Parts: sequence; structure tokens; C-alpha cells
Amino acid sequence: MLIRKPDLISGSSIPSSEITPKEKWLNRRSFLAGSAAAGALALGANRIAEVISPSKSAMAAGKLDTVKSSLTTTGEEPTTLHDITNYNNFYEFGTDKTDPAKNAGGLPTRPWSIKVSGLVNKPQTFDIEQILKLRPLEDRTYRFRCVEGWSMVIPWVGYSLSELIKLCDPTPKAKYVQFLSYFSGKVEKWAPFGYNWPYSEGLRMDEAMNPLALLTVGLYGDVLPNQDGAPVRVILPWKYGFKSAKSIVQIKFVDKQPPTTWNDQAPNEYGFYSNVNPDKDHPRWSQKTERRIGQPFYAQRHPTLMFNGYGDFVASMYNGMDLKKNF
Amino acid sequence: MNKTTLIILKTLVWIACLYPVAVLVYGAVTNDLGPDPTKTITFSTGLSALRLLIISLAITPLRKLWSRLSWLIKFRRLLGLFAFFYASLHLLTYMGLYSYWDPHVMVQDVLKRRFITAGVAAWLLLVPLALTSTTASIRRLGGKRWQQLHKLVYLSVCLGLLHYWWQVKSGVTTPLGLTVVMAVLFIARPVLDWWKARKAAKPSPA
Repeated sequence: MLIRKPDLISGSSIPSSEITPKEKWLNRRSFLAGSAAAGALALGANRIAEVISPSKSAMAAGKLDTVKSSLTTTGEEPTTLHDITNYNNFYEFGTDKTDPAKNAGGLPTRPWSIKVSGLVNKPQTFDIEQILKLRPLEDRTYRFRCVEGWSMVIPWVGYSLSELIKLCDPTPKAKYVQFLSYFSGKVEKWAPFGYNWPYSEGLRMDEAMNPLALLTVGLYGDVLPNQDGAPVRVILPWKYGFKSAKSIVQIKFVDKQPPTTWNDQAPNEYGFYSNVNPDKDHPRWSQKTERRIGQPFYAQRHPTLMFNGYGDFVASMYNGMDLKKNF
Repeated sequence: MNKTTLIILKTLVWIACLYPVAVLVYGAVTNDLGPDPTKTITFSTGLSALRLLIISLAITPLRKLWSRLSWLIKFRRLLGLFAFFYASLHLLTYMGLYSYWDPHVMVQDVLKRRFITAGVAAWLLLVPLALTSTTASIRRLGGKRWQQLHKLVYLSVCLGLLHYWWQVKSGVTTPLGLTVVMAVLFIARPVLDWWKARKAAKPSPA
């Protein structure tokens, strides 16, 4: 198969004229800060600090202590914080893109832990505070491509998933990793029927160990907003977005390919691998192009890159595989 | 109904029918069509077309139910033509913002993707109806043949809803509301006819 040489990691194929100007998202964010301040007045003085601080820290690059990463995608302006937090697929909180922002407030992000089990020599439970301190938190901007045909550029915060996996010491029998998301019918009463909750996703071991696979705890230098999968999720920039499980509570190391939610739902539409692939159409639409969120309608469409442009890092894992069959 | 009331009502219907496209134009000018403008335009035009078609289909049953509402017929052509207007905008949105005017892509989509096939068929069925919407056409075709031709609207609205159902992800039920309304309207016609026939057949008390 012909694999397009990606313009990695600069993403230079996107002309700068098509990029959201920085002032624009900054403006939106100052608007958000303004509304937060207004809300604070309404809530009363004792809560002002709590309400203002999230937006304030978002404006002043962060509550989380972060370091720069060599694995960051440069040359593309990030999608605005407003769009990243108001255009979400998080079906447990409703199927409309605007639902998670409205409904995810009840997600109990503290206390939180991830239980690691299965084929590992050191099964253990990580507390979220422990996860936040395990390794230096890196600012990593990645392109994010949804299987539905839209895309964003998102400045995540986290470190490589492999760092956590190494601490658990998987046995040679472990061939796959399964991620299970938080699920509570009471908290997530919007979850549609007919799905196997909790949300389950999985990766092959080598995919999980790839440095690009990001254990993600933040966004725009701040903690993850609930609707984006707080408090901890994975981000796999070369795969369609649904592979990147949110609000993870369990990681299991297994010897067989684990069941994954969307693959169970419609195996002909969503494969286990789900690598971004412009040459493999979704049955209902082409994947050759994508709509960049936040851009005007006449300039929204861009070509989709093989492996979402991350081929230099990940293509070798799929050598000899027919990616149209193993989609 | 007197002339002034009719003019006022027609003006209100025009305003209501133009509202969705006005919102889109305003959003386009102020660059405020939401995070995914292409999708906003697609969804708004498609939904408006289906809604207007279904409203236009409600007129006959309503008139049969309450003879006092018979004046509603004066609005059916307007609603139908606006439905066609939005369906055409919806199609143009697909052609311009999805296929980028590439005829090869369009042909492939129509052949390969059943929701697009259904949508294009629904629009094609509306074309002869829009073309024969004038009073002169009714006269030329004759009332009966015109009515038979315009029964195509039922097929078109069914295909339109199928297009909607096939487009959403499995488990998503947003097209349900419109589907239920349409089903009620479909059942209403024979039921109302039967009811009227029964009433007429009853011997009047002498």
C-alpha cells in the first residue's frame, strides 16, 4: 500500500491562512472568563475564587505544571477551548454534541483510581494523584480525527501510556490492553440503550507501548474538563477518536482481542484497529477529507492524512497487514 | 376569511418559512455557525425540508377533521414550495461542501451510499411537483391527474425520512419525532375517510 509521507510533525500541509487565529480563541476564552465572573457574582462571594480560577488558569497557561514535549505537533493553530469543550462525543452523557458539556457536571472525578489487572506481574491500583505525579506532565498538541469526518487540533497534557504500563510489568502472555470507562446509570442516565456499557476499548500491546499513545490528564495546560474524559483518558492520535477511551477506571492486560464498544455496535462500520485511513471509506461516507472544527464553512474541508499524519511513528507496526481488511 | 386576514397570515407564513435560512445567512456573515458550520448548514436545511413537507401533508387531514379549517388549503402550495427550496439548498450544500462539485465523487456517493441514494431520490421526486405547482398546471393536467401526480409527495417524504434514519448512528433516535408525526398523518387519511363515509351512510332521523 502506498503510504503518504506525512509532513510530520510540523503539519505543514495546512496553509497558515486556514488556521484559527490565536486572538480568536483567546477572545473566546476571555469571554468565558467574563461569564465565569458574572456567574460568581450570582453565586455569592464565598465561591468566587472557585468559579473564577478554572478560566483564569486556562488563560494563564495552566494549573498543571507542564514541560515541553518533542512529540508535539507544531504549525497548526489549536482548536479553541470553547469548541473542544462544547463539541463532544461522550454518549454516556447524551448523543448530541452539546450534551456532554451540559450533563457531565456530575462525573465524580475525585476520588478516582485506575485498577490494573490481568496478565501483569504487578497488578495494582493507581490513585489519580499518583498518576498526576508519576512522570513530568508534557504539553502535547495532536491532531484529533473523529470517524464522523471532523477534526480538531488539541493541546493535551499527559505522558506516554508506556510509562504506566512499564510499572505494571506485563507478562509475555499479555497481547492486548483493554480500557474500561467509568459507568454509572445514575450519573450517566443519558447513555442510550442497546450499547454494552461500560465503554470498552482496546489496543494491541505494541500500540499501547508506542510513545505517541498518551495517558492524558489535561487540556490547554489545565485539568481535563469532565466532558473531555476527566480525570484521565488515553489519546491515540493516529486512530479515530472513539479508540481514545475517556474517564478510565480499569486497565486489563489480556491474551485475546478484547471486545470494544463501537465494534460490538456495528462491526462493519468500526473496526478494532480504526487507524485513520483516507483510503478506507466508512460505509456511509468517505474518509478522504475532514472538516476542521471552528473554521468557516467555505474553508473547513481538508485532506485526511494516512495515520492522521503520524505514519513515521506508527506505520511500521502495521507492516504486512492489509489495512483495508483490518480497518 | 377576509382578504386582510389572509394577507397577514400569508406574511406570517413567509416569515416563518424564511426564518431557518435567515438564521443561516446571519450565522455565515457573522462567522457564528457553531463549531462545525458545514454540519450546521446541512442539518438545518435538511430538517427544514422534512418539517415543511410534513406540515404540508397535515393540511388535508386537518381540513377533513374540521371543515372550519378548510382555508388552510391556501397555504399548502407555499409550504410545499418552501420544502422544495430547503431540499434544494440541502442538496447544494452536499454538492458544494461535501463533494466539492466533483461529479465523480457525487456519482460514487449516489451508487455506494444508500442514505445519499434515498436523499437524492426524495429530491428528484419533488422536482415534478414543484414544476407543476402553478394553477395553470392544475388546469392543463386536469384535477384528477394532477392529484395523482402529487401523491408522489408521500413517497418523497418516506424516502426523506429513510435518508435521515440511514444517516444517523445506530442507537440514535433523533428522526423518531418526525417519523411518528408522519405515521399519524398517513393513518389519519383512511381513518378520516372511513369515519366520514360512516357518518354519511347513517340514515338521518326523519
